[in-house]
Amino acid sequence: MKKILSIKNIIISLLLLLGVWQLIYVLTDFSSALFPSPLQAFNAMAEMISNGILLTHIGASMYRFAVGYVSSVIIAVLLGLFLGRLPKVFQYINPAVQLLRPISPMAWMPFIVLWFGIGDIPAIIIIFISAFFPVLLSTVSAVNGIDPIYMKVSKNFGIKQPQIMWKVIFPAVFPQIANSIHLALGTAWVFLVAGEMTGTQSGLGYLVIDARNNLRADILFADIIVIGLIGLILDSLLKTAEKQILKAWGGAD
Amino acid sequence: MYIEIENARKTFLQNGREFTAFTDVSLSIEKGEFICLLGPSGCGKSTLLNAIAGFSPVTSGSVKIEGKEVKEPSIKNVTIFQNYGLLPWRTVQKNVELGLESQKVPKEERRKISDKYIEMVGLSDFKKSHPRQLSGGMQQRVSIARALAVSPDIIFMDEPFGALDAITRMKLQDDILSISRREKKTIILVTHDIEEAVFLADRIVIMTANPGKIKSVLTVPLKSHRERTASDFLQVRDKVFELFNMKHEEHIEYMI
Repeated sequence: MKKILSIKNIIISLLLLLGVWQLIYVLTDFSSALFPSPLQAFNAMAEMISNGILLTHIGASMYRFAVGYVSSVIIAVLLGLFLGRLPKVFQYINPAVQLLRPISPMAWMPFIVLWFGIGDIPAIIIIFISAFFPVLLSTVSAVNGIDPIYMKVSKNFGIKQPQIMWKVIFPAVFPQIANSIHLALGTAWVFLVAGEMTGTQSGLGYLVIDARNNLRADILFADIIVIGLIGLILDSLLKTAEKQILKAWGGAD
Repeated sequence: MYIEIENARKTFLQNGREFTAFTDVSLSIEKGEFICLLGPSGCGKSTLLNAIAGFSPVTSGSVKIEGKEVKEPSIKNVTIFQNYGLLPWRTVQKNVELGLESQKVPKEERRKISDKYIEMVGLSDFKKSHPRQLSGGMQQRVSIARALAVSPDIIFMDEPFGALDAITRMKLQDDILSISRREKKTIILVTHDIEEAVFLADRIVIMTANPGKIKSVLTVPLKSHRERTASDFLQVRDKVFELFNMKHEEHIEYMI
C-alpha cells in the first residue's frame, strides 16, 4: 500500500514538473531551438535511443561512475577504519583533509587532464575525489564514537586484530557509514557530469557539450532528463540495498 | 585461595585531580563461591569488579587469580554487563558463538554448544532472532548463554539485572542461582539491591562510599534454596540493613 502510494506521488510530481515546463514553453516566446517543448525533447530522446547513441553514452558514464565511486567508497572506508582506531595519527592527518575537502574536485581538472590525458581516467578521478572525503570523515567519526562495550566484549572473548576489525568494528559502525555512502552517491553523480564535460569524448556530460556545439537544445534537454532519471534510479537502488543490509544487521526494524 | 585481593587501591585522574574509587580492599574468594559486592553508587564496587576482571587493573596492591596477577581480561573469566553487550548485527545463535569463534572451535561443535546453552536459558525458539527483537530479560539471557558457552571458570556480573523490571529480575535471579548450582562456577556479582544480594550470595561484601571501602563481609547463613518471604531470609536482609545504618532506632530518648 505504502509502495503504491509512493509510486502515485512520484508520477504526480513528475507530471507537475512536465506541466511547468510546458507552461513556460507556451507562455514565453523563446524559439524552440533555444527552449524546446517536452515533446521535442522526448522526440530527441527517442531518436537517440533508436540510433543507439544514448546507450553508448550511458554505458561510458556508468562504467566511469562504477569504477570511481566503488573504489572511492572502499578505499575511504578502509582508511577510515584504520584512522579511526589511530586517533593520534589522525590528529596529524585531519588538518590536511580539512584543507583538501572544500576544494571542488573540478579545480584539479587541468592537472588531471595534463597528467592523465583525455579519456576515462579524468572523470573517474573526479568522481573518486567527490565521494572520498565525506565517506572517510564519517567513517573516522563513527569508529571514534563506537560503543566501548563492544571493545570490552571483544577483549573479554579473546577477539584480536585483524578479526576485531571486520567482526566487530566494521559491523558496529556500518549503519552510520551507510548514510554517508548514500549521500556520496548523489555528490559523485553530480560531479560525473561535470567531469565528463571537459575530460572526455563520450558520456552524458560530454553529450551536454556536444549538443550545445551542434545547437541541439532538444538533445540537451533530453540528456538532462536522462541524467536526472539515472541519478534517481541509482539513489533508489542504493536506498533499497541499504535497507536490506540494515535489516540483516538486525536494526531499523 | 582462588582469588586473592590484597590492599587493592584504584585511583583515577579526574579534571586534573586524583579521585579514589576504592582503597584498602582485601578479600579472598574460594572456587565455586557466589559473591555479591553490595553498596550504594560511588562505593567503587563496579570499579573493583572491572579490576578483578582485568578491564582496568588496580593502581596499587594486587589482584591475583590462581596466584597470577590480573593484567588483562581473559576468556576464562567472562563478564556479563548491565546493558548486555550483545552485537546487534548478529543473531542470538551467532552472539552465543562469539567466544567459540575466537577459540577456533569447529563450526559443527559451535552449533552444538550454542544450542545447548540457548536451550538452558530457554530461548530455543529465538535462535534466529536479532537482539533488538528481544525483551531486556531475554537479551540478558542471551549474554548469560554466551558467557557459559566458553565454559569460563569465573563469571563476573556488573549489575546484570539493573535494567529489568522487578518481576523479570526475580525470574532471572532464580535462573542464575540454579545455573550457578548446576555449573559450579565462581560468580562475582555487583548490585545495589539488598534483596538480590541476600537471595543470591554465599557471602555479601558490603561496601561504603567516599572513598570506596569494604565495610564488612557477611556470610549468608541460608541454604541453597531460598524463599524471598521466609522469616530467615528477612532476618538476613534486616542484618544487611543494619550494617548500612538504615534501620531506624526503635527507642527514642526524649530530653526534657
